[in-house]
Amino acid sequence: MSQVPLTHILIVSSALFFIGMYGLFTRRNLITMLMSVELILNSANINFVAFNRYLYPDRLDGVFFTLFIVAIAAAEAAVAIAIIINLYRNFKSIDVEAADEMKF
Amino acid sequence: MSVSAVVFYILSVVILGAALVAVTSRKIFRSAIWLLFSLTGIAGLYFWLQMEFVAAVQIVVYVGGIVVLIIFSIFLTQQSGKDLPAPVRGRAFFSALAACAGFLLTCSMLTRYGFRPAENREGEVAGVGGNSGPVADVGNIGAQLLSTTEHGYVLPFEVISVLLLAAMIGCIVIAMKTKPDNK
Repeated sequence: MSQVPLTHILIVSSALFFIGMYGLFTRRNLITMLMSVELILNSANINFVAFNRYLYPDRLDGVFFTLFIVAIAAAEAAVAIAIIINLYRNFKSIDVEAADEMKF
Repeated sequence: MSVSAVVFYILSVVILGAALVAVTSRKIFRSAIWLLFSLTGIAGLYFWLQMEFVAAVQIVVYVGGIVVLIIFSIFLTQQSGKDLPAPVRGRAFFSALAACAGFLLTCSMLTRYGFRPAENREGEVAGVGGNSGPVADVGNIGAQLLSTTEHGYVLPFEVISVLLLAAMIGCIVIAMKTKPDNK
């Protein structure tokens, strides 16, 4: 582990972040946009764990932040998929450009 | 280059390649499967960083939960086998440009900033050296997560559990079929 500098892990995680950002910009389907958001959250998790491991190996705060982000990502995915299914029921499509009116 | 470094670079290539295919593939089901590979590679990266519990949580929650949820919602909402429409050419070009520019900016700042690992600052960080054993085992994590002392995380833990409950109820309410108007 110590042969690889911290910078390389951070470069991998920032590359993952920008891949997710590219997907969020180009996709117009809600499920694939949700996948891009998951990639972005995972890149943040890699950062937390890597900083915890390299800079403060005697503490656990990065692990806790990672666990909380995972829990929030699970809640976010569940709510997003409920919204997607409801949107599909109303518009028969989950393309963001098809959903052009808000009910209620 | 040691074996450990080689393992890290292989994992990085797997993660980034699978993520890249996941955001560009035209078939939505394949995209979900590539996302699965990418998330598994990230779990492998956590194993490589010797954070076994985080890796286990990653596999259980992401691979076992979120990706399965995404695949089910694909089955519920998409006609399988139909290609997604290709992104608009100009939009794809400028998105790639923005992502590359942001990545290069971040990389230049990362390489310029000198991080000082814990081995290089003896005295500031306690516990480095002789007793820098596996501190991130499940017992330590659980004890600190539920401790009410100064560095305990019991309040965020409870807040997260309330948030999960609220999200569950919210999902049920949102996805519930509205009754047809009684006329």
